[in-house]
Parts: sequence; structure tokens; C-alpha cells
Amino acid sequence: MTDQGLDRRAFVGDLVAACLAAGGPVLLGAIRMAEGQAPAGAGAGYDPADHYYGMGIDVAKCIGCARCVAACKAENDVPPGPHHFNTWIERYVLRAGGEVDVDSPNGGLDGFPPLEGVGDILRTFFVPKLCNHCANPPCVQVCPVGATFITPDGVVLVDDQYCIGCRYCIQACPYGARYMHPEKHVAGKCTFCYHRLVKGLVPACVEVCPTGARVFGEVEKQPTPLARFLRFNDIQVLKPNLNTKPKAYYANLDGEVR
Amino acid sequence: MPQQVPRLLAVFAIAAAGLLLARGVLIPDTFGDLGHYRAAAVDSIAARPVKYAGRQVCGACHVDVEAQQVAGNHRGVSCEVCHAPAAWHASDPMSGKPAINRKRDLCVVCHAFNPSRPTGFPQIDSLVHNPRLPCIGCHTPHAPVPPETPRECGACHGGIARQKAVSPHANLECTTCHDAPQAHRDNPRAHRPTKPAERAFCGACHAGMAPEGPIPQIALESHGQPNLCWQCHYPHYPETSR
Repeated sequence: MTDQGLDRRAFVGDLVAACLAAGGPVLLGAIRMAEGQAPAGAGAGYDPADHYYGMGIDVAKCIGCARCVAACKAENDVPPGPHHFNTWIERYVLRAGGEVDVDSPNGGLDGFPPLEGVGDILRTFFVPKLCNHCANPPCVQVCPVGATFITPDGVVLVDDQYCIGCRYCIQACPYGARYMHPEKHVAGKCTFCYHRLVKGLVPACVEVCPTGARVFGEVEKQPTPLARFLRFNDIQVLKPNLNTKPKAYYANLDGEVR
Repeated sequence: MPQQVPRLLAVFAIAAAGLLLARGVLIPDTFGDLGHYRAAAVDSIAARPVKYAGRQVCGACHVDVEAQQVAGNHRGVSCEVCHAPAAWHASDPMSGKPAINRKRDLCVVCHAFNPSRPTGFPQIDSLVHNPRLPCIGCHTPHAPVPPETPRECGACHGGIARQKAVSPHANLECTTCHDAPQAHRDNPRAHRPTKPAERAFCGACHAGMAPEGPIPQIALESHGQPNLCWQCHYPHYPETSR
């Protein structure tokens, strides 16, 4: 078939030329990327490489007032309502028969209903929960697009402009610390108040805790409140068998807490 | 060079160019700078606004309150726990004052009795402990201490106070009918308050006024002689039917 006016050789030649013309800038871009740019750091005067954050939680000091929950919702614009929490308070009730009741009505924000069957309660206490900011986070592993990540300072964050809302990380988190944001339709979670950390402030929940049940600071540097907390308490983490290496360190934690 | 090689090279070149083009279009700008994520996302998260200023910022201006607070039992309580997030006030103090809830329901968030709270944390039963009164009437919120002697009768006589609070006598002070000496607060059993000893005391309101008014009226001379009124009627929760 020679009556097409454009033979195969000429067509392929034109195609190559067109592709090169179109791809030239991209090639230049790729070269620029390979040379490497200055990493887009977090803020002026703040070097993430200098820090590695964790949180200590003393269960024996928690009074279940849920001021942390309220502060977190205010600071981070977490949607109101009972299913979206960056941090929440659980009430554990250990009974004589061996059963363990756990409840967290609206995250503890509205208080806790009176206990039933008071006679057979062995022990009851409050446990603040939040994202454990694992050093080996399953949620980051499963993200198909790289929208959730762990920063050099050890904080697990969600890129809410890049998240595709597939909910895979919500399934993967063993601590139930993630939720679907009802308006943005992306995964939401605790950020350790990263916007406060870069300004030298502590997370809002730590700021407002009236009994000092939450301690925030550097995991690895020595003269910090958290280092002191870790040294003077018997420390447990949640679900250590999963090898997630959490950085939420609990003191005075009962073995029944999951 | 065999004839196929340049053609194959051309095909590879097209594929490589297509790949780079797709990569340039699909991968965001700063992706991969720090790791397998958009480095710009860290910046945008770090740029979110701060709502809680922190107690150092509050103390920079409110020096007197801070001095009082750090010496008292509420030294661990950050200002914004009760006063609500106030970074807006710290950045522009002239723009207004943070609201504060002065009512009882703010304090009981922490101080209501709850068996799950740690032993030793100061807790009260809100229904029994001076019902309906604001806590700040007796306790200074910036440096609270328990009052040494009760100021209100209901601190001890909570059952009576609760009952009276919902009765027609709710607006009467305890001291309207009882003369409680100051010594009763320090040593309650040795110094008893008085009770009305005459029928005419109740009669001041309940005898001789207009019979159609809101206060029940009786004929003092013929009604229930010779008993005192409170021997038949419970004055802290008197019957309401006429």
C-alpha cells in the first residue's frame, strides 16, 4: 500500500523528532532532579535532623477529663462528632470474672456514664490513646501513593493534598489511630502538632493536660523531660509483638490494655 | 550496523522519552526530595495556624496571675485549659478577651467524683457539695485550697440543701429560720443552731396575709394548736397543695 503519501520510515522519523521536541524539557528536568535540590525543610531555623520526638503517657495520672481531646480538636480543626479523633480517652473496667470493659463515649469529651455493677470491679482507670508514631509504621508501608510518611524527626504525617482516600492505612493501623476525614475525604491522624513543634511548642494535648499525664520531648537526647520519664518509670508500649516500635511510651500501664 | 538496530534504538528512545514525560507530568514537584513523599507536604503541615499560645506566652503579660498560679495547687494547669485557646488574644490583646466559663460545670469536668480517677485526686459529688453554687465563690481558681471551715450550710447539710433547693422555701436563707453561731462551724456539736420556737414565727408569713396570694395562709389561733408548725410540716420541703 504505497498510496498513503507517508511511508513507514518517514512516519517513525517524524514521531521520534516530535517526541524528542516534546520531551526535551522533561529530560532537562530529570537532569536537574538528579543533581539534587536543597531539601525543602520544615521552617526557618528548624532542622528536623536535630530532633526525634516521642510522647510519654502516665496512666496513673490521667483523670479522664478529656481536655486533651478538646484541645486537639480545636488546634487541628478535627471535625466534631464521635468518630474522628486524633487522640481520645478510653475507660478500662477490669471485673472480678476476668472480663474487661472498654468504652470511650465521644472520645471522653462528654464525660463517662456511671459504672454499672460496681460490686465486682477489680480496677478501673483511664488510658489516653493517640497515634503511636511508630518507627516501623504499617500505615506508611501500605500507602500506595506515598501520601503518608515518616519525617526525619520521627513524626508520621499525612499529605492531605496527595492522599487518594483509599483507606488502606486506616485498615493497617493496629491502634485504630486513623480515620476518614468527612469533608476532605483523606486519611486524618495525629501530627504530634507538627506545626507547633517547628515553632518550639509542645503538642496541644500536652500543653493542656492538667495533671501532667502526658510528657513530650526528645527520645534520644538525655536532659529532656521525656528522657527523665523513660528512666524513672517502667515503660510499656502498646502491642509490642507487632514490631511496630511505637514512640508513645506508657507508664503504669495495665497488661489488659490493648 | 544491521538495519534493525537503528530502528530498535528509535523505538527505545521513544519509550524512554514517553516514560520521562509521564514521570514529569505525574510525579509532584518535591516528591522524593526527603523520601518517598512530597517534601512540600511537610512545609504545608508546618505552616498550619497555632491556636494554643502556651502558658509562657500568657505569663509574659499576666505576671501577677502567673505568680499566684505557679505557687498553688493548679500550678500544672495551663491557662488555656479553662480559658480556651487564646493565640488570637496573645497576638492581638486589644482584639478582645477570651471567654471564661465561671459556672460550676467547668470545674466538675475534672473534679466530679469518678471511680476511674486516680486515688488522691481531689473529687467532689457535685449533687451533694454545695449544690448549685459556683465553685469560684469559695475556691480561688488560680490557687485553689479547700476552705478550712465551711462557708455554706450545704457543705455539711447537703441533703437538706438539695431538698430545700427544689421546695417552695428555696429562696429562704438557712439563717432566716436558724440562728447559727460562728462557733457551730468550728465545733458543730457543741454549738447547735436554733430552731423557731414560736408558732408566730411561721405565722409571720403564713397567717393574716391575703388568702389568694402564692403563700398558703392559715388561721393561727385555730389551726393545729398547741403544736409548733415544724412538728407537723417539714419546713425544708413543705407541702405545696393548699
